[in-house]
Amino acid sequence: MRKILLFIPLFVFLILGVFFYLQLGKDTQYMPSALIGKNVPNFKLVSLETDQVLTQADLPKRAYLINFWGTWCPACHIEHPFLVELAEQGVILVGVDYKDEKALAEQWLVEKGNPYTMILMDELGHFGVDLGVTGAPETFVVNRAGQIVYRHQGPISAENWPEIRGYLQ
Amino acid sequence: MLPEIGQFSLILSLFFAFSLAFVPLFGYWANNRLLLEMARPLTFIMSFWVLVGFVILTWSFAIDDFSVLYVSQNSNSQLPIWYKLSAVWGGHEGSLLLWVLILAGWCSVVALKIKTLPKDIGPIVLALLGIISTGFLAFLLFTSSPFIRLLPNTPADGGDLNPLLQDFGLIVHPPLLYMGYVGFSVAFAFAVAALITGNLSSSWARWARPWTAASWAFLTLGITLGSWWAYYELGWGGWWFWDPVENASFMPWLAGTALLHSLAVTEKRGVFKSWTVLLAIFTFCLSLLGTFLVRSGVLTSVHSFAADPTRGVFILVLLFLFVGGSLLLYAIRAAQVRSTVSFGVTGREAWLLLNNILLTVLTLTVLLGTLYPLIFDALGLGKISVGAPYFNTVFTPIALLLIVFMAVGPLSKWHHTKANVFLWPCFVSAALSIFLSAAVIFIYELNFIAWLSLTVVFWVVCLSFSDWFSKVSAGTKGIIPRARQLPRNYYGMLLAHLGIVVSLVGIVLVSLNSSESLLRLSPGDSANVAGYEFRFDALEQVRGPNYVADKGHFTAYKNGELVAELHPEKRLFTTRQQVMTEAALDAGFTRDLYISLGEKLDGAAWGVRIYVKSFVRWIWLGGLMMMAGGLLAALDKRYKRRVGAANA
Amino acid sequence: MTSLKVLFIWFVLAFSVSSMADEIIQFSSPLNKTRYQSLIEELRCPKCQNQNLADSASGIAVDLREQVHQMIENRKTDQEIIEYMVARYGEFVLYRPQQSSATFLLWYGPFILLGLGLVAFVLVLRANRRKREASL
Repeated sequence: MRKILLFIPLFVFLILGVFFYLQLGKDTQYMPSALIGKNVPNFKLVSLETDQVLTQADLPKRAYLINFWGTWCPACHIEHPFLVELAEQGVILVGVDYKDEKALAEQWLVEKGNPYTMILMDELGHFGVDLGVTGAPETFVVNRAGQIVYRHQGPISAENWPEIRGYLQ
Repeated sequence: MLPEIGQFSLILSLFFAFSLAFVPLFGYWANNRLLLEMARPLTFIMSFWVLVGFVILTWSFAIDDFSVLYVSQNSNSQLPIWYKLSAVWGGHEGSLLLWVLILAGWCSVVALKIKTLPKDIGPIVLALLGIISTGFLAFLLFTSSPFIRLLPNTPADGGDLNPLLQDFGLIVHPPLLYMGYVGFSVAFAFAVAALITGNLSSSWARWARPWTAASWAFLTLGITLGSWWAYYELGWGGWWFWDPVENASFMPWLAGTALLHSLAVTEKRGVFKSWTVLLAIFTFCLSLLGTFLVRSGVLTSVHSFAADPTRGVFILVLLFLFVGGSLLLYAIRAAQVRSTVSFGVTGREAWLLLNNILLTVLTLTVLLGTLYPLIFDALGLGKISVGAPYFNTVFTPIALLLIVFMAVGPLSKWHHTKANVFLWPCFVSAALSIFLSAAVIFIYELNFIAWLSLTVVFWVVCLSFSDWFSKVSAGTKGIIPRARQLPRNYYGMLLAHLGIVVSLVGIVLVSLNSSESLLRLSPGDSANVAGYEFRFDALEQVRGPNYVADKGHFTAYKNGELVAELHPEKRLFTTRQQVMTEAALDAGFTRDLYISLGEKLDGAAWGVRIYVKSFVRWIWLGGLMMMAGGLLAALDKRYKRRVGAANA
Repeated sequence: MTSLKVLFIWFVLAFSVSSMADEIIQFSSPLNKTRYQSLIEELRCPKCQNQNLADSASGIAVDLREQVHQMIENRKTDQEIIEYMVARYGEFVLYRPQQSSATFLLWYGPFILLGLGLVAFVLVLRANRRKREASL
């Protein structure tokens, strides 16, 4: 009996070791969205282009991306050209101008191009909180049924696009 | 040229560490005296080359050699010289080299004192330490060399040391912490040597004790310094966050405390032999686990180094070899250990057994909370966080229980204690504690939890005094001569136990009796916080060696009298474009005044955080007392007498 | 004449308190302030390297602190605030894990270990007593 007891520390350690091995190399910073499988939350936001109030009824009916961006965010500068490319390929992008000023945003789009089919103004960031946004840039993939299937933190680029595109189907 | 020599000296030290690992063990197996005696010189040579490597790295920092990648990542030409030198351990590669250097240091001291040990054991202990050194030197050389060079595109200047690290705390905290962490490898080596040679009599405990007490003292000091540093550096006056890296240092401390007490029992009474061996292995394994958690990226922490899975795999392999190997050896060999002596239910052995159990439960509790998110994620159950609210809820009651028993244990005698030794002192102390604590609560207007904790504090103080008094008033000599005669070991224990409750006072009062205000202040404004009047006199721009700052000038008054002048700063470090707040403190025995600048608001107004932290210094005072207690115990005179006995 | 007096008094009062500080975050009661301070220590900043909302200076932490503040002032209970955060950010933002079958071991583990430890203590003492009685 005592002999078996003496082996317990070793067994516990081996089990822990397996867990450690499984976790190595995983991106421990990645946070899955709490809204996976749910619809986009209700909102009433002003459109940047038309100045009209938009709601969830105005969202696209096919699969699309919601991209949170701001003129204050350096990584968004880096991400933007790639988004323009995606738009040219036919990807539907709904932009959310997050905690930003309208004048700066308009100028940005004029200078750098506009890849978005619609742009919502979220100056106070409340819509961001409803979606569980942690910063900018952040992108959500919404499927045909209107459900959120993936959340990507950070800029989209050629490296991570294949994985994100996979969720768009 | 010099960095290449540094790299080469590390390679040499790896070679000698490897020899140290196997030559004496082979000598033990083959019964070859000469090979066994090679352990000592091999240790010195290995340590020498590690030191050379470390000195070369330090020199590279001192002369701003930015062709060395590590130097360019952690230093800058404008950095003050003392930070340039301590930046050596500011990042992963350098801090690992520090780890190896300190290990080499402990090895060398053991080698110097090898004559105090029997002829077989000493070389094996050194060989085991050599195995550990080999593992870490290999890790250093194969995955984390600090001597990688940036040639031919040497940057003109470095990326600067992280501003949070540009502080006195960086100079002292890591080296002292590592002295403790790494020092437990000595107790580990003693335990494993005992398992290998089958010499599990109680003598290994006697040899291991002073080394363990010294490591424990260093670890206590290291943790205390870390807490103090976080308090004034981070800007909001927190002193412990139950962060995974903090827990990684706290777990070896808890296990090391159990080990320290268990060694005493094994040495004196010959019982708990296999428990003590397991504790020695467990403590060092926790040190290794800590190294893994901090450097592999499996846990998120403000303290962790940049994650690299390759490094993580390497350390995991080392973990399997050292932890797995020693636990396997334990499982196989410990069965042969059987204590023949027995002890009574009221004997000191029983009290220390209870102590062991409670400390082990506390260690496992911290381990559970720290690893739970990792296990949860590994099982695909999602991401959860286990933080301060959890630890405070589960840790505190068990810790308080331990402290209550801690007061009574020293009164007991070995093997059996008569009831009246306990009854009268406990009864009087309980009554006194309840009353005194109630009085304090009434005066300071605190709550039930404070009353409970302070009762425990007074309980410990009363019983400690009662025990000391009974020891010095026994016999005919008189109190002072008798007090002088009590061994250092005893005063070490007294100091350490009192240190714990001093810290407890600080912890309770800073949580329950402090004030915090986040205010909007412009120069000319004043604020009342906790009976002090704070005046914001002026704001000026200042320039430091590698930063520009907004510096606020505040004066604090109590009852109209000037108490302190405080100058918090908000610094912008130009190289990294990083903003950092430097809080202003007026330290006091019963309170700290703490001001930190927040954000600049509109106009001339600033967001200012003003804290009055009640009795916070007691937390670290207690830590210092514990450290002093540990050192006293390590320096007990009977260890010196043993030298003669071992040589005879 | 009376209204001039009132105006005069108002001016005097206004200037005499203008040098006293305003709390940046105002609460309608001390209880609300205590609830706020306690809640922002229980909630984790979603984007930081292991910091609670109270300690973090990042944008999202500032926003969420304000959100907590508003919800407290809007008479929401602590539980409602926690559910709100969990619905948007997941269980990850709670430093005090919610009790469920998956966290049973976490919450009761320490006390189970304590129980096991005390059982072990009793067993060892008993074994010792048997040893002593056997050697007598």
